[in-house]
Amino acid sequence: MTYLAAGETVGNPIANIGIFALFVVITMIVVIRASKKNATADEFFTGGRAFSGPQNGIAIAGDYLSAASFLGIAGAIAVYGYDGFLYSIGFLVAWLVALLLVAELLRNTGRFTMADVLSFRLKQRPVRMAAATSTLTVSLFYLLAQMAGAGGLVALLLDVKSKGGQSIVIAVVGVLMIVYVLVGGMKGTTWVQIIKAVLLIAGAGLMTVMVLAKFGLNFSEILGAAQTAVSGSADKAVAARDVLAPGAQYGASTTSKINLLSLGLALVLGTAGLPHVLMRFYTVPTAKEARRSVVWAIALIGAFYLFTLVLGYGAAALVGPDRILAAAGGQNSAAPLLAFELGGVILLGVISAVAFATILAVVAGLTITASASFAHDIYASVIKKGQVSESEQVRVSRITAVVLGIFAIALGILANGQNVAFLVALAFAIAAAANLPTIVYSLYWKRFNTRGALWSMYGGLISTLVLIVFSPAVSGAKTAMIPGVDFAWFPLANPGIVSIPLAFVLGIIGTMTSKVPGDPVLDAEMEVRSLTGVGAEKAISH
Amino acid sequence: MATTDRPTANTAQQFVDMQASPEFQDLRTRLRRFVFPMTAFFLIWYSTYVLLGAFAHDFMAIRVFGNVNVGLLIGLGQFLTTFLITGLYVRFANRDLDPRAAAIRAEMEGTER
Repeated sequence: MTYLAAGETVGNPIANIGIFALFVVITMIVVIRASKKNATADEFFTGGRAFSGPQNGIAIAGDYLSAASFLGIAGAIAVYGYDGFLYSIGFLVAWLVALLLVAELLRNTGRFTMADVLSFRLKQRPVRMAAATSTLTVSLFYLLAQMAGAGGLVALLLDVKSKGGQSIVIAVVGVLMIVYVLVGGMKGTTWVQIIKAVLLIAGAGLMTVMVLAKFGLNFSEILGAAQTAVSGSADKAVAARDVLAPGAQYGASTTSKINLLSLGLALVLGTAGLPHVLMRFYTVPTAKEARRSVVWAIALIGAFYLFTLVLGYGAAALVGPDRILAAAGGQNSAAPLLAFELGGVILLGVISAVAFATILAVVAGLTITASASFAHDIYASVIKKGQVSESEQVRVSRITAVVLGIFAIALGILANGQNVAFLVALAFAIAAAANLPTIVYSLYWKRFNTRGALWSMYGGLISTLVLIVFSPAVSGAKTAMIPGVDFAWFPLANPGIVSIPLAFVLGIIGTMTSKVPGDPVLDAEMEVRSLTGVGAEKAISH
Repeated sequence: MATTDRPTANTAQQFVDMQASPEFQDLRTRLRRFVFPMTAFFLIWYSTYVLLGAFAHDFMAIRVFGNVNVGLLIGLGQFLTTFLITGLYVRFANRDLDPRAAAIRAEMEGTER
């Protein structure tokens, strides 16, 4: 079936499934080969810290460029124009926070999880508990968004229309993810992310070149053609949009403008607080390699978002907003439809397979992070008070991964078809509010203490969650998760503009009101270690 | 404490002494003098961009050449500054931070690396 019409699937589902199956087979072989040594906790949680900076940088790009940023941003640019581009810039600039303030010091100080660093000179158990709670919350929301998104992707690309069929595909994605994590550990997961990142960036790059070639390498002409196509839309509201200037998506009212600011703040400060991003810095042997990882990640992610700019406007120009909005999957279908327009069944198949591979790689990264945090922070430190062998930590982590996987499958099936796109932005908002203030304070502020950390982390986490529950993202709006009822009193769908400053302030107030002084010896050890790498965890040599 | 993951051969006193030493303070000052102003700069520059994107639609829509407008140029400018700051930091860290950190590490661990 290579016919294309409103609400129809595009391309040939058999080809899409076939190319995706090929990806699964290849990655499975790589994962199994990579898993020969997975006995120790260092091997399982960090891949033996043996990845090079460039390898890790590619894996970070693979972890970070989720289906939301590929299909979502290209689609948003195709339909809303400039506002979609604005979104991608926050995702990129955010990496400077990681590069300048966090990556190297974190690598020098910690071992497996974010909590290793946060609890270094504070009270171990309460701080680890708080950090693990926030890690699990962020990972779960991010995971849920990916799994629920898989349902929509299935309808679009594999021609599976029934809820039952979509549920089976979501379950298959979940089971594959569990296998990757159990068999491959961090090393296998990293290779899946590397393979996926190369496919995704190469695929997007190829499409970008094809789009540019169609317009004689003149970007200005693509913009003109996109605006012409949008202005010619049958939908009056769409036709009225100026897609070359900001405002089409967020410009309607002052509330929606502040909403955009709030989103921008969460994106730029959230990345360096995402636990699955932070954990990637432990997979390299030194802080210098951690620095190189971020440099590679910035180059790849930056290039990728420039590609999506061309692809988004290209999709508007070549496919047109009406066909995009009428397709199954709505604006998410912009990139697949453009692939079909440019390269027919084969290119569409490749792009579809990449989109699925994207979901797989991202959920695997999230799962290993969440299960490591549970095993290392909650089970080993809080429950067993440190009286646990490393092999026991790995065992608990594997069990956690299976439980999380099953949980994610169940929630993904339940949330299928619901509007849960806000969950990714929410995960960034929680990471920015609950994690980043404490990370920055504990790395740079001598006086910072346990109460400051707990107030900031729990304050950031709880305020973000409460505000989102009572926001238009959950109730009281047409696009809400529960559209039928209205218990919203907070006007913004993105709570970051309130909860992030609040968490920073709570960290200061908590620290100042606590009579417990910091431990100057631990402070000296942490600062000397973080800046110089003295006593940092070494790579395992093979 | 059993929960700590700190395999280190150095004593607490060595860390305290090193933290107070002039060479460590020099490293610390150099790091902070670079990363704090740079962070402030890119956060302000990014905030300016988002504020313009949210509130100054007409300004952003001014055509500069062809169909390329101010908004697009400032947006691409964000990419450019991000790449530029990355390059500047790497050069600074390689030249100013790494040798100093390595010297302190060698002194603490008693090995030349």
